[in-house]
Amino acid sequence: MIEQRPTAERRKASAALDEARLRQQAIGVRLRQMFDEVVNEEVPDEFLEILRRADERGSEKA
Amino acid sequence: MEGAAEKTRPERSAADDAAFKRELVQLIPHLRAFARTLCGDPTAADDLAQDAMMKAWDARASFQMGTNMKAWTFMILRNQFYSEKRRSWRQSQLDQEAAERTLVAVDDPEAPVALDELRQGLAMLPAEQREALILVGAGGFAYEEAAEICGCAVGTVKSRVSRARRALHAILEDGAYDRDGASAGDAMRSILADAERLSTVR
Repeated sequence: MIEQRPTAERRKASAALDEARLRQQAIGVRLRQMFDEVVNEEVPDEFLEILRRADERGSEKA
Repeated sequence: MEGAAEKTRPERSAADDAAFKRELVQLIPHLRAFARTLCGDPTAADDLAQDAMMKAWDARASFQMGTNMKAWTFMILRNQFYSEKRRSWRQSQLDQEAAERTLVAVDDPEAPVALDELRQGLAMLPAEQREALILVGAGGFAYEEAAEICGCAVGTVKSRVSRARRALHAILEDGAYDRDGASAGDAMRSILADAERLSTVR
């Protein structure tokens, strides 16, 4: 009985560690998904429009 | 010869500008995503991303082609965000309120509950931990790049990321996020189930 306890505790601790690692991975996957969701959105035309106007202004000056 | 060439700035050609513009355009989706994590409110985030894009464009002469433009533009965006914040500290409280509002709103009604909780959990982290975790964990930056973007030491980024991971895990585990009625373990269970599905897809 006395000899079994440390082993059982170790096993429990290692299982908990695996569990924690798995959970961290899961959060990581989610985090990327959250970010990528916005990355994959269509870019509003406004962005390209503003950049195009700035580019034209630059060319006129030159 | 080389020394003289360095002193007189070489003329920027139209081709240089075109190459810069092409690369910048490709970065817009990433700038929008990063801005969204800082502002929360999508409209304010797009304003920030546009400002950063224009600052990058105006500063194009100081950018060395071939170096990491993504990290460079993220740094510009981040500086822009914090300088605006400093200008009016009251705005930051409004940002926080807006963030909390949008963190709850999900565009996709099919999206599982867990994404909401992750957003809420992120909102509870200190700003410097949140941005470090997002840059490294979602933006795909190396610790060194994230350190450059945030203007701090690599070791600082590492410890921020690891503290953020632990804190986020604890928040999701305990259901410490502000959500009435939902049971604590649901968020984590949902995240786990979804991650399993996603990882098999990858």
